[in-house]
Amino acid sequence: MDVDALLLSRIQFGLTTAFHIIFPTMTIGLALFLAFLEGLWLKTGREVYIRLYRFWVKLFALAFGIGVVSGVVLSFEFGLNFSGYSDFIGDVLGPLIGYEVLTAFFLEAGFIGIMLFGVNKVGPRLHFTATCLVALGTTFSAFWILSANSWMHTPAGYSISAAGYAVPEDWLAVIFNPSFPYRLLHMVNASLVSSAFVVAGISAWCILRDREREAMTVSLKLALAMAVVAAPLQAFLGDQHGLNTLEYQPIKIAAIEGHWETVSGAPLILFAWPDMELERNLWEVSIPYLGSLILTHTLDGTLVGLNTVPAADRPYVPLVFFSFRVMVGIGFLLIAVAFAGQWLRHRKRLAETRWYLRLLMLVGPLGVVATLAGWITTEAGRQPWVVYNVLRTADAVTPSLTTGGVAFSLIAISVVYSAIMIVFLGVGARLIAQGPQPASGGGAG
Amino acid sequence: MDLVVVWALILVVGVIMYVVLDGFDLGIGILFPFTRSRQERDHMMATIAPVWDGNETWLVLGGVILLAIFPRAYSMLLPAVYLPIFVMLLGLILRGVAFEFRHRSPGSEHIWRRVFATGSTLATFCQGIVLGHFVGGFNFEDGAHIGGMWNWLHPFNLFTGAALVAGYGLLGACFLVTKSRGELREWARTMAMRLAALVLIAMAVVSLWTPLVDPEIERRWFTWPDMLWLMPVPFLTAAALASMWYGLVRDRTLLPFLSAIAAFLLCFLGLGISLWPYAVPRVLTIWEAAAVPASQQLLLVGVVIVLPVILCYTAYTYWVFRGPPSRDDGYGHD
Repeated sequence: MDVDALLLSRIQFGLTTAFHIIFPTMTIGLALFLAFLEGLWLKTGREVYIRLYRFWVKLFALAFGIGVVSGVVLSFEFGLNFSGYSDFIGDVLGPLIGYEVLTAFFLEAGFIGIMLFGVNKVGPRLHFTATCLVALGTTFSAFWILSANSWMHTPAGYSISAAGYAVPEDWLAVIFNPSFPYRLLHMVNASLVSSAFVVAGISAWCILRDREREAMTVSLKLALAMAVVAAPLQAFLGDQHGLNTLEYQPIKIAAIEGHWETVSGAPLILFAWPDMELERNLWEVSIPYLGSLILTHTLDGTLVGLNTVPAADRPYVPLVFFSFRVMVGIGFLLIAVAFAGQWLRHRKRLAETRWYLRLLMLVGPLGVVATLAGWITTEAGRQPWVVYNVLRTADAVTPSLTTGGVAFSLIAISVVYSAIMIVFLGVGARLIAQGPQPASGGGAG
Repeated sequence: MDLVVVWALILVVGVIMYVVLDGFDLGIGILFPFTRSRQERDHMMATIAPVWDGNETWLVLGGVILLAIFPRAYSMLLPAVYLPIFVMLLGLILRGVAFEFRHRSPGSEHIWRRVFATGSTLATFCQGIVLGHFVGGFNFEDGAHIGGMWNWLHPFNLFTGAALVAGYGLLGACFLVTKSRGELREWARTMAMRLAALVLIAMAVVSLWTPLVDPEIERRWFTWPDMLWLMPVPFLTAAALASMWYGLVRDRTLLPFLSAIAAFLLCFLGLGISLWPYAVPRVLTIWEAAAVPASQQLLLVGVVIVLPVILCYTAYTYWVFRGPPSRDDGYGHD
């Protein structure tokens, strides 16, 4: 096995998953938002809702298409780069991903055509049903893939066969493995927060430029109503998820917190440089006892340190440590922005407060950034294991890969993805600049 | 019946669905460089825009069934064709994003039509290489792939790659005949006839070359009395091609497309006969590659319940978008 092929495979998998997750993060929330808008239109008959639908569905279509094709890549990469992994988990996680294809991918793909192109072909109610089914498909997809991902963190309901691969013993224990409910809620809610701020940021831009001011104010209010519920809820869900991680993956928590030694009454470290060689933190800024208080709900609770496991069993601490702080920092910022918005709305000054609209534009993409940072925290924190405490990433990589071969694929996909991202942002910006088109009769779409 | 055999048949059905459905929509992309006007390209794109995503999902289903039900084969096969599969994925990505990007950037149509054509052709060519490599056999020793990452670079595989480009192009042209009128339909018919000639040659070459590549395939087809039972396969294929030709000459709407599908199915039947019962040819049988029964059972429940529903709403979508697209329903979400 070539160490370089392993490293390049990991970079490639990290890059392709990170690129992919950006789009479902936006489309899970946007699909629900679109279903909500079309439902409001059917119920009230107010034209503004269908005009908003027609505007947001264009951006949805753009993100959805990229999400689909970048997702296809992942279902093959397991075998291409990590054949040891796919051989090990196939019997257990394969059927779960199979259910994702059957219940989610086909559902989305089957009705996205009617949703995007079927306006003049089916009635408004059937069109609304198609929108709802696409939204349902995106949620089903999250259910199955997060179940499979959670199993890699907290494997359960399996045994190891004589030939050395995992085999299922109890399907309910596999599917509803210990970290799954927390991860599912945390991620689905992350998608709601992220899409709410994307919608709010774009709406704010349109209001500032005086493009369809009235319609975009409606859109802004809906997004902020979602944000003010989902953003604080995310802090609560994140805390619960963290407690679950402490129970099942204490070393990941130690890396997140930057704790090298096992101590009672651990501090909360705000900033530090965790040095892997020295096995301690440099430039540490911390608040005494707060770490134990948050994680054990007592002042003198004991937290396990990184040095309880050999250096070879530790993740790369700085990555886990800093990505976590990026996620939490953005999370609190977004909560504050959401509350400020509600306060301005209460004072009926929301659409007039230009500094706030500018702030919304700036924080618009941050929900997506926080989601990425959260994924980096949890996935990098699982290392050096691909299945926690069971299968090492180094044993999962395909043995026959050569450095040159993987370097080729990594460079090729990096170029393609960079180009797609640039065009996506460019085309998206042009669609936003056009704003919602004046009413032209007809139904949704 | 043996559960593993049931699963092998489900996998074959999935792959056939993929080849037929994504075959014609990749074929539309393969035809793109030969189109004469932007209106034609708009029309061609509009015929597949509502359905391409669903068509491609069959590929994902095939990959995931291989992972879930035949994990030992999945882990051996994919690394052996790492580069062709990877380039195929790049091709599918490029053509997939080209749908929206081409529509949303009217000023850069000349770029996106080329991206769409290149992506479609590249993806098809790589699928053909993988198919050829699958038939021609891999180099395995003790379950691990040997021979480096360029092992698939073999004249036979390159030929099957080119043959599949012609084949998907033919499916695309026949599909376009059902979806167009007037000048465009005339053009599609002409393209279909030219491609049919190429496909006929390719089929003959592959049929003669395959037994040379793998003596075991030769034994299966040319041993008495099996030969007697297998004789109808090439004859039926010839009949399907003849009926397609007749349909094209007589300007029938559906007959060429249905005959082309029949010819593809018969080629698959031939391939199945050649390779049965291997999941990895000459290395792993489907039973050796299979997951434990509990995994097969769990997913079978899902397939039995959900797959008929999927087929129903897929058929419904095709029915909603039946006939040639009119000018105003290409991109409904304008």
